[in-house]
Amino acid sequence: MRTSLSLVWFQAAGCTGCSISLLNADYPSIKNLLLDEVVPGKALALRFHLTLMGPTGQPALEVLQKIPLEAAGDYILIVEGAVPTGAQNFGKVGEPSMAQHLLALVEKAQAVVAMGTCAAFGGIPAASPNPTRAMGVQEFLHKENRNLPVVNVPGCPPHPRWLLETLVHLLAGPVPGPKDLDELGRLKSVYSKLIHEGCPRRADFDVGRFAQAFGEEGCLYELGCKGPYTWALCPYHAWNGGVNWCIKAGHPCIGCTEPEFPDFPAPIFRKVTEPAYRRTK
Amino acid sequence: MRVIAVDPVTRIEGHLKVELTVEDGRIVRARSSGALFRGIEIILVGRHPLDAQRITTRICGVCPIAHSTAAFFALDEALGISHEIPQNGRVLRNLIYAANWIHNHILHFYHLSLPDYASFRGLPLSEFLSAGMEEGRFSSEESEKLVQHYLAGLEMRRKAHELVALLGGKMPHDMAIVPGGVSFRPDLATLLAFRARLAEIRSFLENVYVPDVLSLCLRYADYFEIGRVGRLLSFGAFPEEGLGLEARLFPGGLLRNGEPEKLDPQEIREGVESSWYKGAEAHPWENPTHPDPQRAGGYSWVKAPRYRGEAYEVGPAARVSLCFLFGSPEFRVLARELLGEAGVGLEALSSVMGRHLSRAIEAVFLAKRMDAWLSQVDLAQPVAKSFHLPREAEGQGLTDAPRGALGHWLRIRDGKIAHYQVISPTTWNASPRDEKGNPGPIEEALEGTKVGDNALLVAGRIVRSFDPCMACAVQ
Repeated sequence: MRTSLSLVWFQAAGCTGCSISLLNADYPSIKNLLLDEVVPGKALALRFHLTLMGPTGQPALEVLQKIPLEAAGDYILIVEGAVPTGAQNFGKVGEPSMAQHLLALVEKAQAVVAMGTCAAFGGIPAASPNPTRAMGVQEFLHKENRNLPVVNVPGCPPHPRWLLETLVHLLAGPVPGPKDLDELGRLKSVYSKLIHEGCPRRADFDVGRFAQAFGEEGCLYELGCKGPYTWALCPYHAWNGGVNWCIKAGHPCIGCTEPEFPDFPAPIFRKVTEPAYRRTK
Repeated sequence: MRVIAVDPVTRIEGHLKVELTVEDGRIVRARSSGALFRGIEIILVGRHPLDAQRITTRICGVCPIAHSTAAFFALDEALGISHEIPQNGRVLRNLIYAANWIHNHILHFYHLSLPDYASFRGLPLSEFLSAGMEEGRFSSEESEKLVQHYLAGLEMRRKAHELVALLGGKMPHDMAIVPGGVSFRPDLATLLAFRARLAEIRSFLENVYVPDVLSLCLRYADYFEIGRVGRLLSFGAFPEEGLGLEARLFPGGLLRNGEPEKLDPQEIREGVESSWYKGAEAHPWENPTHPDPQRAGGYSWVKAPRYRGEAYEVGPAARVSLCFLFGSPEFRVLARELLGEAGVGLEALSSVMGRHLSRAIEAVFLAKRMDAWLSQVDLAQPVAKSFHLPREAEGQGLTDAPRGALGHWLRIRDGKIAHYQVISPTTWNASPRDEKGNPGPIEEALEGTKVGDNALLVAGRIVRSFDPCMACAVQ
């Protein structure tokens, strides 16, 4: 017996990069996720995704509006992008604002997943001076006095595996609770190691061998690497079928999974000299 | 007379509304409206200039390398090193960008456009993917085959992104492109892995994608007459030896109803008459972004770029037309062959079907050129030019993106970004009406079209043929 859990993918103030990252999943691939069981006996049924769905205009909007009525308590809501809360027309889908859609969708969702740093923490649109008063989903719900749990999957974009791990939790249980999540609502199993811990250039750091320009050998700390302050599994998973990742490609980590991204105390390419955002786990 | 709000327009990037006024089965007026504003140009001001390299890629997750490319052109110029980029830097940047380009065209044809033409009824995913079409013009066997190619296309575009990551670090949002060149020094095994994947993708493009596009062109040949604009503009893409817009694999330029003209980027003005911003028409050097969500007469977050007062279509039709006239002889041979198979001439490219055909022509040509670039990588030579950051400088970054002409304008004052403006392809194509009341290209392509009772379907085909990217159009 195969049962399906509906998936509603709602795009707010974002760039579609998180969707593309999901399309980049290799094993299971997006084709597997759309057609096959994800775990034995359980499949996902993608109901709404603006970039991929067939219907357009009013029929598309109706799909979205019917979901809380027809599938109450039986769908996962994945939000991509931040929530603009300034002017009502900063972000709209049909007549309703993105914020209004979200309020209608969260109530009846079995779980809410904030996919990407924008949805989790505000990310790029919420960067100073935050022209649209954009914020992450959890902060938005808190502001609206809806204290619903949100699972945050930050990253700009997140690695597809980080979302898949979250989805497997939601399909097969247990639904992530406080013991599975850190204080920022991220799965501990995904966000509990610093980039610096697993960095292949760690030996260079330890002996003080630093690259001074792009393309040089050595630790990238002097070029602004945020690896010592960034929690993610990039060194272990690598990206896009495991073929490469930022530091392997000679680029400093820019800390894209962190709530402060991109407003770090130092610019992206400047050495971090103060531990202002160093947190302990 | 009735007004139909196509809102949201799906199977594009981002948030677009198109409002159609239909009279006697014909669109008499169209209004294209960008529905999301983030303010990334404002966010960039006051930051370290190099931050633009990483933040502007995040304007768009579908074509991030386009912004990466415009940003490095602007930064290289501001840093005074445009002439000193090592060959490895130029070629590796081209390879990273070209792989993103090919992902884009596979995605656009199979995953964004195909549901408008082939019926998915009775097939897996039919409920989700059905565009509400009664009868497509493909037989059920043909549709079934196209759906299989839809699925194969998912794998192929993923592999195209593995190509980007092999040299660019990761995708979306590459990391290795930096001012001066690239940060990544690949090894021989990486280049081999790249070549092997590229061969697989080329085979798909030549043996599956091009035949599918041609069969669509033959079955929907009437769409070579629908959605025409005719004024075409391109900044060109992929620098070869030499610096000008003309010295690119796809040369930049301008075509006004078939007649080539020299392109002068100083003649661009961006208007806000129908857009939710303060201010008036100005060159992007002079035009900071001040949102005004209540502006009277405003109906879009997209601004209205114009060249000498006229709206221009940007994208594959412009590139293929210009490359046919000014590009390499090999391109002309390939283009002539595929135009011949579709039974049309160059003048048909600025149309719904012409845009699909143009993408197919340039994708196979580009994939072949990638093989040659790969052979130019010299593992013993540097990949980047080092630089010093000036306190005061300016840089203009012009390139075509998969969707058309893209410009970044950067001014550095006191070592920080003092001004950053972006005009993206979809800013041109999805622009609203300007001061003179002239429509943007998508509006123009829609107006006058006979839609009968199929407004959603026909308008969807027209709008999607431009491959709109709204996160780019409004940053």
